[in-house]
Amino acid sequence: MAIKHSEPLSMNDSNIDVLPPPTGYSKRPRVMRFYNTPRIIGRMSVVGEKESKGPVGKYFHKCETDDKMGEKTFERAEIRMFDTAVRGAVRDARLNIEDVDLMISGDLLNQMTTSSYAARDIGVPHIGIYGACSTMTEGLMMSAAFVDAGYFTNIVCAASSHFATAERQFRYPLEYGCQRPPYAQWTVTGAAASVVGKNCKQTERFPKIVMAIPGLITDYGVNDLNNMGAAMAPAAMDTMFTLLTQSGFNVDDFDMIVTGDLGKLGSDILRDLMRERGIKLGQNYIDCGNIIYDVEQKCYQGGSGCACSATIFNSFIMDKLMSGEFKRIAYLATGALMSTQSCYQGETIPGISHAVVVESPYCGED
Amino acid sequence: MAESTNAVKARNDRYNKYVETVTPKTSIPKALFHSFVVGGITCMIGQGIGDIVMLISPSMPKDMVSNITSMILVTVAILLTGLGVFDVIARQGGAGSFLPITGFANAMASASMEFKTEGLIFGTSVKLFSVVGPVVVNGIVWSSVAGLLNLWIMGM
Repeated sequence: MAIKHSEPLSMNDSNIDVLPPPTGYSKRPRVMRFYNTPRIIGRMSVVGEKESKGPVGKYFHKCETDDKMGEKTFERAEIRMFDTAVRGAVRDARLNIEDVDLMISGDLLNQMTTSSYAARDIGVPHIGIYGACSTMTEGLMMSAAFVDAGYFTNIVCAASSHFATAERQFRYPLEYGCQRPPYAQWTVTGAAASVVGKNCKQTERFPKIVMAIPGLITDYGVNDLNNMGAAMAPAAMDTMFTLLTQSGFNVDDFDMIVTGDLGKLGSDILRDLMRERGIKLGQNYIDCGNIIYDVEQKCYQGGSGCACSATIFNSFIMDKLMSGEFKRIAYLATGALMSTQSCYQGETIPGISHAVVVESPYCGED
Repeated sequence: MAESTNAVKARNDRYNKYVETVTPKTSIPKALFHSFVVGGITCMIGQGIGDIVMLISPSMPKDMVSNITSMILVTVAILLTGLGVFDVIARQGGAGSFLPITGFANAMASASMEFKTEGLIFGTSVKLFSVVGPVVVNGIVWSSVAGLLNLWIMGM
């Protein structure tokens, strides 16, 4: 199957008119295509103990069994985890820190302290981004754009979250033992980094980022702080609908469509929303929040947090892309962009979802 | 513009209704049963402590006994919080563990533990009442209201 870099599918073409577009859907072209094939040449994922015992646990590169990792605070532990992931990814790409031109990263904490403090120690020019749980795709998209445009050769992008720090910022003290509703999600402890590099002879065997879609903030009026799956599903739907109508790919062209952290409830809602638009998501659709924990681990609807999709993308999915088992995947991380204040002030939760399409180096060879 | 806001509102209402139908609910009978058991056991332990204190010194006045009982319960609850046991009980018990005095102790102790990393003043001292603040405020406000009502009724 040839790689379809041809003309974007116009909205007036073929059968797209029969699908009811989402409310407020505009026909503006949103797909960024990267013609100079930026490649993901290095990656590393670090997770906590709970995640390593989940269904995809064996794919992660490193597991930290101690929540504090010997540091004084949970925040320091998160910084340490972040540092490990970034340095590991750079090493995985057979580079030195000096060869990295830029770091694009983010996390969940106020003022993005984790990534800024880690960047202070790493000593690489840094751009901090906040996309809540969608940070990893946002980072990949921006890195790919910078590399594709030729500004930089190697960019590392990273994201991290920690259960204890997120819990403290967004919810209650850890030992308080607050009861959660059955539709709540569990913040993933972990950090992951990927190195995006220029296409050249040495990097030919690595997966390539072929396109990206910046997300549209979508708010369907959900204001329950715990029900983030329902708040983010419309955003994922909007981006996925754009991807499937504007990119020229159909659902079946992807070996895997991966959403970030909708959880079980959110991914069911997304399936329903897509079915309403006439697109049926089959076996090739998975949700990282849904697969990161076992049912027995009692994590309600599954995982959430930046690290949820970032760690799974940088381990399980990248492994499959490297081996050629997956030829083309769409990775749509979703984020809920609320703060604790905004929710108590009665605001609803805006969701966002950025998408990147990654192809295996073996794509188009069969 | 007005039309589009109406359309958005209708869409949001429809979506929220749909979300409500698919969202799993907390099972109320189960939660009630759990909180009844946990709350009941807490009260039974309290009563037991009170009885033992009464046995040890039968001449002690009744309100002194209840004071000592509360103190023992609070100490034990804080100890359990520190040992990381209380959150397990609280997650099961819900209001059953929150309403007795032990829940109050747990809420304060957990907050002080959590924010100890920011130092004694800006961490522990400032955040100590972050969870129980509403309880204290409402306790004072409503007891004042009750007191005033009492005065008024007695005056009649």
